[in-house]
Amino acid sequence: MRRTAQRRDGRDRRGVGIESKVEGFNERSRRAIEDEALHAAVEVHSKNTVNNRNRALRALPDAPELRERAYHIKQETMANLDRYLSQMAEAVEARGGNVFFARDGEEVVRYVGDLARRREARVITKSKSMATEEIELNRRLQEEYADLGLKIVETDLGEWIAQLAGDTPSHIVAPILHMSRHRAAEVLSGVAGEKLPPNVEDLVAFARRRLREKFLSADIGITGANFGVAETGTIVTATNEGNSRLVTSVPPVHVAVMGIEKTIPRLKDLSVFLRLLSRSATGQKITVYTNMVSGPRGEGEADGPEEFHLILLDNGRSKLLGTEFEEALYCIRCGACLSVCPVYRQTGGHAYGSTYSGPIGAVITPLLKGDEEAKDLPFASSLCGACAEACPVGIPLQDLLLKLRRRQVDEGLASKAQQIAFKGFEGAMRSPAAYNAGAKAGRLFQGPLSQRGLDRKIPGPLKGWTDFRELPPIAERSFRELWKEGF
Amino acid sequence: MRVSLFVPCYVDLISPGVAVSVVRVLRRLGVEVAYPQGQTCCGQPAFNSGFFDEARGVARHFLDVFEREPSDYVVCPSGSCTTMVSHYYPFIFEGLPEERERAEALGGRVREFSDFLMNVLEIEDLGAHYEGRAVFHCGCHQRRELGVMEEPRRLLENVAGLELLDWENEELCCGFGGTFSVKMPDVSAAMADEKIRALDKSGADTLISCDSSCLMHLEGRLRRTGRTTRVYHLAQILDPDLGKVG
Repeated sequence: MRRTAQRRDGRDRRGVGIESKVEGFNERSRRAIEDEALHAAVEVHSKNTVNNRNRALRALPDAPELRERAYHIKQETMANLDRYLSQMAEAVEARGGNVFFARDGEEVVRYVGDLARRREARVITKSKSMATEEIELNRRLQEEYADLGLKIVETDLGEWIAQLAGDTPSHIVAPILHMSRHRAAEVLSGVAGEKLPPNVEDLVAFARRRLREKFLSADIGITGANFGVAETGTIVTATNEGNSRLVTSVPPVHVAVMGIEKTIPRLKDLSVFLRLLSRSATGQKITVYTNMVSGPRGEGEADGPEEFHLILLDNGRSKLLGTEFEEALYCIRCGACLSVCPVYRQTGGHAYGSTYSGPIGAVITPLLKGDEEAKDLPFASSLCGACAEACPVGIPLQDLLLKLRRRQVDEGLASKAQQIAFKGFEGAMRSPAAYNAGAKAGRLFQGPLSQRGLDRKIPGPLKGWTDFRELPPIAERSFRELWKEGF
Repeated sequence: MRVSLFVPCYVDLISPGVAVSVVRVLRRLGVEVAYPQGQTCCGQPAFNSGFFDEARGVARHFLDVFEREPSDYVVCPSGSCTTMVSHYYPFIFEGLPEERERAEALGGRVREFSDFLMNVLEIEDLGAHYEGRAVFHCGCHQRRELGVMEEPRRLLENVAGLELLDWENEELCCGFGGTFSVKMPDVSAAMADEKIRALDKSGADTLISCDSSCLMHLEGRLRRTGRTTRVYHLAQILDPDLGKVG
């Protein structure tokens, strides 16, 4: 059943013609396509990561089996997620940690804000958290708890630079892929109060010095989680900068915000996922730091926070369980699908207008936020399948994109013009007589068009085609006519 | 050996010469070719746009037409349209067991042209001749769903006078993507431009593919940007009478 598109704000944004209104992807990508620095950066990054990744996976003889295992572990986890989550919660609580199930971003903001108030916190350091990007935790804490005067500092180098620049990450693994080192130097020079040279060593050395002060003064450290182990209540983060360890162990309070789908059942499953994650993300055998946190400082222990809070974030995830879209929850955020995607390659991450970009972003953004909020994203793909081929846990990304396109049509979100056009298409293609008549009409119609000159752009549904390419004419005689005549 | 010819709609209407070449190549090899007259389109444009009901309607017509025609195989000069039938008909008939079974049965008999030549007829040298320096573009369905990547290359390596060149990032999608080409035209064209830069760099004067849809998009962009690169479907290169009809 198709319903007519009804928007919450009452505006009808259904498009006209075959080109649907894509809510900004085209506009944003147009700017990106003209950005040559962005192109060069994405190209180099893709080439390096894809090469490194292929080399790393080739060196792993059981890579295909690992991928299968990862898929099956995730499948089994999702089928029993409620059980695994309570197991994890019990394990964390048994070690003196606190567990909070957050339905949405709002509940996370309340929880963290109230915690910050109780702890009289001033400085919060953060590391490795896309889940908090997704719910815009920083902005909302600063706005909704303005009286606390919180200073929130991202400490992953790229994230920090993005934060200083008032920018958002554009890649799951390389957050400031879109930024040149000259731009990064400019941003850091702004905080340094002196001109820093645009070379990586100097910039990193500066960041180290400056971030060190933040680590030591932080009242609360917030991280995400690459994995949460149900069996032991262990939160795992894989990083290359070591900052995550300073965020989890130096401040008196550690808060981990984890999407519920990051659960894995057993500690031994980590060996499957860590091998796949590091190789797929950066081509490393293992990341430089693998952090495992299982609660606050225990009796007689030398370090660790006084308080440990695990926030398990739903935010639209549990409604995907048991549906045809469940596989989207298997994602381990390695970014491999971005690195191989020919669309991402042209547009970079910001064109997607979401925390999550690339093929996985085009899938999970509408699933988490709703189709109307990300109407264009499932269509921002040529369906070439490079993403599904690269995915280390076997998510059938292009099939999910196709199903999301179908869901929009089912929901009545497709333009009226498209609805009419495809009904007409079906009618014509089910009847050879109609098909032939259509071909004849096309031939008559193209006469006046082609007289306008081959390089002329034409309006209407084919505008998208002729703005960029020559339109081939319909042949004087179709194959079926040639066949009848004999040759 | 008797085959039914499945001619994609855009080949029928825009590049009929491709299908003519397919018929000539197959006949030279002693294959009896039937052309079921009721055929139209596989329904992929509707499917790709999310209009599964409409795609199913077209698919039912397709199944009716090709089930009626007695043949050993259905041969199609397009990796993409072959994939629509062999892989995506079962996908859209999920939950409709009777039609899914019909789709799987027919899908098992549908072969992309180069796949049919190499893996069914076991022919790799057709004694063809073509003067030119060429790059080959493998369509994405053909590469990933069908896994027919080496076959066209092998056939081209055996064409006298043809020098098959390597080109950069040859595995990248050309950016056609069906309705993607008109819905996201800027990105689609930028993707074509990257292929064209690689083509320029290779020094090729000819572009060959097993998918006329990729070629229509790439040729459209080549001409718009003032290039004279020759563009052919594999079947045309293998056809000794290339250029006589269509």
